[in-house]
Amino acid sequence: MIIRSTFEDGRLTIFFEGELDHHAARDAIRQIEERIDATCPRETVLDFKRLTFMDSSGIAVVVKAYKRMNQLGGKLNAINLGPQPRRVLRAAGVERFVRFNAMPKEV
Amino acid sequence: MTVTNSFKMEFLSRSANESFARTVVACFAAQIDPTLEEIGDIKTAVSEAVTNSIVHAYPDTIGRIRLRVRILNGDTVEITVKDYGCGIEDVSKAREPMFTTGGEERSGMGFTIMESFMDKLTVRSKPGKGTTVVMRRKIMRRESVK
Repeated sequence: MIIRSTFEDGRLTIFFEGELDHHAARDAIRQIEERIDATCPRETVLDFKRLTFMDSSGIAVVVKAYKRMNQLGGKLNAINLGPQPRRVLRAAGVERFVRFNAMPKEV
Repeated sequence: MTVTNSFKMEFLSRSANESFARTVVACFAAQIDPTLEEIGDIKTAVSEAVTNSIVHAYPDTIGRIRLRVRILNGDTVEITVKDYGCGIEDVSKAREPMFTTGGEERSGMGFTIMESFMDKLTVRSKPGKGTTVVMRRKIMRRESVK
């Protein structure tokens, strides 16, 4: 799992690459929290375009990021979700509080 | 019920083996021509079962995890994940959504995902002896794409 991020105009974008499972989750949570705390963004965008797999550990990662942004009074969006990660987040009902944008059909 | 094909393997409860286990199962299941969505569901369910053994069965030790995969009737994947760890006191409690005894990186959704992504899920556990999870998923026949 590789995590990169950019910060511009109050928006923190975090890019995920690889597979997000229990093996990768603890480190991912730590890195996301560090970046949110360092930038205090108005909005955080989780970009899953290069994420090839997610299990329920990914739910914990998204929920953690959501709670952190909630404490800061900011928003959290998840974008470019592939079908498999989308099914996992949907099964957990994460859609109720995080806005999803699916992977665009044409690339 | 006919067993058309099967394999068994055993590995240590190291978290690096989560991706190994789900990849091996996906490769084996490929012989009955599942869709990408079916393969994704199976990989996710395997990841959940194996992670449960790694996190909960062997919290402070490294133990053995056995994986058996069978193809039944030529169209159903049956996956058995067995550990020899501490076991689950209350299986129905453990299967409830959001219930977890794990750390901050756990969501308590493992069994819920296994249940919703597979057709059948059986959990047998004996405290002090270990846990066995058996899951089945039927692969739908597809018309060949021209």
